[in-house]
Amino acid sequence: MTKATNSTSKAGADTSSGSLRFYGVWLIGIVALIVLPMIFSSGGSLTSFSLIGIAIVFALSYNILLGQTGLLSFGHAVHYGLGGFAACHMMNAVVSHGWPIPLPFIPLFGGLGGLVFAVIIGWVMTKRAGTVFAMISLGIGELVASSSLILRSVFGGESGITTDRTALPKMFGWSFGPQLQVYYLIAFWLVLSAIAMYALTRTPLGRICNAVRDNPERVQFIGYDPHVVRYLAFCFAGFFAGVAGGLAAINFEIANSAYLGAIQSGFVLFSTFIGGTAYFFGPILGAILVTYLQLGLANLTSAWQLYFGIIFIGIVMFSPGGIAGLVMMHRPLVRAGTLWTVIPSYLVAVVPTLALACGVILSIETVARYSGGEPIDLFGIGFKPTSPVTWVAAVVLVIGGAFVARLSWRRIAEAWDRAATVARDRGYLA
Amino acid sequence: MRKLTLAIAVIAPMLGHAASAEDTIKIGYIDPLSGGGASVGEGGLKTFQYLADELNAKGGILGHKIEILPLDNKTNPQESLVQAQKAIDAGAHYITQGNGSSVAAALEDFVTKHNTRNPGKEVLYFNYAAVDPSLTNEKCSFWHFRWDASSDIKMEALTNYMKDVPAIKKVYLINQDYSFGQSVRSDARKMLGAKRPDVQIVGDELHPLLKVTDFSPYIAKIKASGADSVVTGNWGQDFALLLKAAADAGLKVNWYTYYAGGAGGPTAIKQTGLDHQVFQITEGFPNSGNQVAMDFEKAFRAKVNLSLWYPRAVNEMRMFKAAAEKANSIDPVKVAAALEDMKFDVLDGGQGFMRKDDHQFFQPIYISSFGKLAANEPFDEENTGWGWHLVSRVDTPQAMVSTTCKMVRP
Amino acid sequence: MLELVVISTLNGVLFGMLLFLLSSGLTVIFSMMGVLNFAHASFYMLGAFFGFQLTKWIGFWPALVLAPLLVGAIGMAVERYGLRNTHKHGHVAELLLTFGLAFAIEEIVSMIWGKSPLDYRVPALLDFPAFTIFSTNYPAYKIFMLAVSVIIFVALLIVLKRTRVGLIVQAALTHPHMVGHLGHNVGRVFMAVFGVGSALAGLAGVIAGPALVTQSDMAASLGPILFVVIVFGGLGSLPGAFIASLVIGLVQTFAVALDGSLASAFGPLDPSAGPSVLTDIWNVTIAQVAPIVPYVLLVIILIVRPMGLMGTRES
Repeated sequence: MTKATNSTSKAGADTSSGSLRFYGVWLIGIVALIVLPMIFSSGGSLTSFSLIGIAIVFALSYNILLGQTGLLSFGHAVHYGLGGFAACHMMNAVVSHGWPIPLPFIPLFGGLGGLVFAVIIGWVMTKRAGTVFAMISLGIGELVASSSLILRSVFGGESGITTDRTALPKMFGWSFGPQLQVYYLIAFWLVLSAIAMYALTRTPLGRICNAVRDNPERVQFIGYDPHVVRYLAFCFAGFFAGVAGGLAAINFEIANSAYLGAIQSGFVLFSTFIGGTAYFFGPILGAILVTYLQLGLANLTSAWQLYFGIIFIGIVMFSPGGIAGLVMMHRPLVRAGTLWTVIPSYLVAVVPTLALACGVILSIETVARYSGGEPIDLFGIGFKPTSPVTWVAAVVLVIGGAFVARLSWRRIAEAWDRAATVARDRGYLA
Repeated sequence: MRKLTLAIAVIAPMLGHAASAEDTIKIGYIDPLSGGGASVGEGGLKTFQYLADELNAKGGILGHKIEILPLDNKTNPQESLVQAQKAIDAGAHYITQGNGSSVAAALEDFVTKHNTRNPGKEVLYFNYAAVDPSLTNEKCSFWHFRWDASSDIKMEALTNYMKDVPAIKKVYLINQDYSFGQSVRSDARKMLGAKRPDVQIVGDELHPLLKVTDFSPYIAKIKASGADSVVTGNWGQDFALLLKAAADAGLKVNWYTYYAGGAGGPTAIKQTGLDHQVFQITEGFPNSGNQVAMDFEKAFRAKVNLSLWYPRAVNEMRMFKAAAEKANSIDPVKVAAALEDMKFDVLDGGQGFMRKDDHQFFQPIYISSFGKLAANEPFDEENTGWGWHLVSRVDTPQAMVSTTCKMVRP
Repeated sequence: MLELVVISTLNGVLFGMLLFLLSSGLTVIFSMMGVLNFAHASFYMLGAFFGFQLTKWIGFWPALVLAPLLVGAIGMAVERYGLRNTHKHGHVAELLLTFGLAFAIEEIVSMIWGKSPLDYRVPALLDFPAFTIFSTNYPAYKIFMLAVSVIIFVALLIVLKRTRVGLIVQAALTHPHMVGHLGHNVGRVFMAVFGVGSALAGLAGVIAGPALVTQSDMAASLGPILFVVIVFGGLGSLPGAFIASLVIGLVQTFAVALDGSLASAFGPLDPSAGPSVLTDIWNVTIAQVAPIVPYVLLVIILIVRPMGLMGTRES
């Protein structure tokens, strides 16, 4: 779990080119954020990008808990939701009192909303880590979500509270009515929060968080209280989750109890874990992928939850480092120049693995659509869920695919071992 | 139905759909198609697709074919807004939604803002099932039209029926603790108090929405109160569990409900054996006795394999066609103008009209009871062998309420 | 008043016992393996759906035996092919695995049986009122549920505390290597424990299915309260779970029976102040907040006694 530290200490060897590359990556990210809406300009893609931006901030904030400090929370959406409500109330207050606060500052108040709750509840919650913390967070999440329906004056019941982002004072002549302007606002806050959260991992607090995650007893021996460290991490995570919630409130112009609920908490857990918790960019990948799948998959298949579950289980079992972990595994090979020895076995594995995946998809869709009789359209080939041909095809693909895929995976493992040995011999640690 | 391949369509949301074939009228259907509410959402989707097919078979609307775009909102307001945006991108100028007043409120707000910010690209929102009165009162919008009777209209009709039933003496109110349940409760108090001051309201309960697993303590309270009738807006498991607990405890009362006919409701009633003790208040029901409606029901069941739970969807789609023809345009602004104060003969017989002041549709309301069927009642529900039986019909003038809407017109 | 107290007590005990039936398997798995099984409520749901299907095919009583066995077998498979491989990544990874599993099971169930509630009935043999108090009937089926819960509680206690099997199982948690050296297959012990825990959930499903609603969201709606029960009672403590179930059942039932609010106790607030958080809190009745009472209890107990009622260790 200390790969992040390894990789950066290694970068110290060639500082100048390392830092150049480091800033290069950030710059490329920023440029991509600016250019993206110029390439994909439809309303739907702008909405998608905005949602992905919000999800990234949210997932990064969650990773302060899960990846950095080792705290598994099932109630992180509480801060997100409270941030959203704080932002909505603030926007309405700005309008009704005529305060000179333009919209771009609103997410800050969202962050404060998330932070205040974290400060209040965090001390009790972070007394213990591990399973107990997970359970408490689940209970608190339920408690807050249920209470939000009772405290109507603040949370507006189940229909929530609405606001109008265009009614706030203008900034640079932007009304923030068009989605494009909102997208840039979100992108701005995304960059700001990402830099802040990255910087946090570089501070002594960030490092001691990692230590608390890995070995709390030893942290105690060297004179830090793990409880305090966990509490601080919890507060930071709450703040940035609140920022994400504030951005969501601006994007949707509504805050309601769905923000606070278990589904939202599960969503951020999925994103972060699938992306990979050990690297800073893991949650970013995860948030992009999961938001994207959520937007796209739901309209394709009613069983999208099942695909999520399967992907998640697969990641937990076979690649606990997430997608980022898989990507970073190749780093020493790239450096040692042995990656090319692995690629052929990858290519060989593609076909059976795809066949297996198709078989699984076909089986799931057959069961899901059996009663409705809707045809399944898989890569342009139509299948009828009620016809035995489909069942046979699914079974053959699953069994045959699994059999051949296992062989090909074994080949990958062998090729991998060889390449890694060579890389290790050349002095690049895996 | 889902024509794109899995591979391509995953990329599709990123690129956005190009507005293809300007000829078709696209209606974005935004309701849950996965998760807990999916059974309800799927039923609505099939209803709308059936109606679209029916209209298309007769040449569509002004020569335009109608296409229903199914969009899954997972009963989540935020997700609904994303889906509404998708529908608009795909070239839809009409969206329809029904499940969840919180979703409806978010959509109404979204459509209003969208239309103000994008003049010339207006979108109309047809609401077929969200019954929160605020949607046509303080939150009312020119771009929103509602075909379902709002909860206060249903209560008005129900109390107009109850005032003539002398056997009702003690009424117990039990509702889910959210805006709909609260409006049922406050309307019942207000209207019963005005029309039948002699009726005692012996209990007034709000319980959390979809969180109660054991209703026996509530039943104990109803029993202790000596009520002879219970009025409830409960739906889903809150209705099924409530009724089961009542039957277990041997509670003998009459149940006046809004959603006893919803998915799972008939099954639960049959399980408890409460024969003709559960009443429902709707704008139409299968065994209404109206020949046209019953023929429609028969054809609908034969094709879709569902009972018609949304007669209002039939009214909505047919009236949409009538309004477009009256305006001689499918432009949303013109259709909206044509819909205002439009009169329409509803599916189950009788005349209704779309009130200009708040865009609420007023129509005859039926009170029916669930139990063993008579010879002239051919339709049962959920294969239970039991079905709905006409108890009373409340005509449009007796099913009207005033509004506080201050409509802002473009 | 007496009527309400007696009936509420009875209802509370009945509901509490149902909660115990559900949480016993979770507690067993946790106390033996240290794994918090997020998918426990999903196994309970599987039990209900298997119970429904088997009842349709072969009748309720065979289903009562078969369905839990099936669920237990699935649980064992999950342990063997899932949890065992994840074990090396720690308890959090195991928890996450069961979390993903809960997601998948819910979808599979709704794919096969649909999303509408099923018509799962109480068996005819038990479909009669057992007794009547204050003109309220108590169905025999509820008494049956109560009896099953008590039997399971006693049986589990005896097996774990008084038999050799229990001794080995408990030792396998704390000293797996020692137990292994003594010639026991530790892996198999864990698999069996997980199987038994899942089977208990399945049993709860078969029994609770007809009493509650058998529907694909039943796991999600009951899941959180189970965790409250076992954390409140003290993680891994069977008697703790028993007491916690009773306490939560009773508290929740009595909360429903009470109509009081702060407004009724101290008089209404000055209406000119307008709506605020205070008026919300002031006017809400105890009955309205009943279902969130368990979560409040959870927070309180974690502040006052972090290891739970009967817990011995902190995590």
